[in-house]
Amino acid sequence: MLYDVVIIGAGPAGLSAGLYAARARLNTLIIEKDVAGGQIVTTEEVANYPGSIENATGPSLVARMVEQAESFGAKRTTDTIKSVDFSGKIKVLKGEKADYETKTVIIATGATPKKIGCPGEKELTGRGVSYCATCDGAFFEDLEVFVVGGGDAAVEEAMFLTKFARKVTIIHRRDSLRAAKSIQEKAFANEKIHFMWDTVITELRGDELLESMVVKNLKTGEEKEIFADENDGTFGVFVFVGYDPATQLFEGIINMEKGYIITDDKMATNIPGVFAAGDNRVKPLRQVVTATSDGAIAATQAEKYIEENIFE
Amino acid sequence: MIELNKDNFEEEVLKAEGTVLVDFWSPSCEPCKALMPFVHSLEEKYADKIKFTSLDITKARRVAIGQKVLGLPVIAIYQNGERIDSVVGDEATEKSVEELIKKYC
Repeated sequence: MLYDVVIIGAGPAGLSAGLYAARARLNTLIIEKDVAGGQIVTTEEVANYPGSIENATGPSLVARMVEQAESFGAKRTTDTIKSVDFSGKIKVLKGEKADYETKTVIIATGATPKKIGCPGEKELTGRGVSYCATCDGAFFEDLEVFVVGGGDAAVEEAMFLTKFARKVTIIHRRDSLRAAKSIQEKAFANEKIHFMWDTVITELRGDELLESMVVKNLKTGEEKEIFADENDGTFGVFVFVGYDPATQLFEGIINMEKGYIITDDKMATNIPGVFAAGDNRVKPLRQVVTATSDGAIAATQAEKYIEENIFE
Repeated sequence: MIELNKDNFEEEVLKAEGTVLVDFWSPSCEPCKALMPFVHSLEEKYADKIKFTSLDITKARRVAIGQKVLGLPVIAIYQNGERIDSVVGDEATEKSVEELIKKYC
């Protein structure tokens, strides 16, 4: 089958593109890797998406977007794209399960959480080191938890973790937070939240569970080891230190800057018929609201491109 | 899929003979829930070789921590009561889970 639009990624950008494309009666397929929704499904509270109701969660918002895209006729499938051929007028995406032929492609692959990059991190993932507070928060009921990072995600997730943990310490490499002021105010007012400024984790240690970590003060250069409380035996380290764009598949094919796809204001990449939308793009603000906007623009531009080109 | 809890974990997993798969999950873990239908489909395929079980960690947090599970999702393989292999966190995909199962069939 030849699709009009194939969208890679089912986060807010991909789902919004799917909604607009299907509504324009384009034959639309959304390919998702595993979980629909992208980063937002691991977010407990979505307070800054205009129109999102009080208590909107990432999963509830995404579920509505999926329903809306499908109601206009967008099709969805689960597959992992292994390679792409953008050399011809018909673009080909090769997946693990099938190949897909399409007139246009919208790349909405998003970004994945960055790791700390220190020894012990990989071995202790799922054993005290986590990147998802909604997934793993409940394990740390009445235990001690550290949150690494100083942006919106780090501070919001730290507050979410106070529902479970006895004490939450934010470890940040600078001496002030980068998070929005309103979020900071809430964090400073929360008596369960403590701060460790100018500090990075240099090593995570433990046999089967996280038992200790080495932290370094960047201003004094002083290093010290922090051990789990003897009665607890372990503690949690939640990492929110930013994101890496999920664009490796397009390296050498599409123009990028530091791994982010370069587009014009119509979401067009350097290859005609290939568009990008969402967090994987060079842009000043990566939020649900800008992702959905990108998706809408990309889909309407894909429609325009199909109208202006002849496909045999 | 046998639903585990703090009362039957020992009998169904630790004291069980042969190979047992445990799907550690929680209702608030979206990646876990996305993976679950696929694990169910694998049960139909491999049920004669492996016993499939799942544990909602919110109902048995201490059991999970006792098994050194402090993050989700975890798909673990037990043989003779010992956890011998697993896929954890974002490494737990449809592909890696099926490969894990194939190793013990």
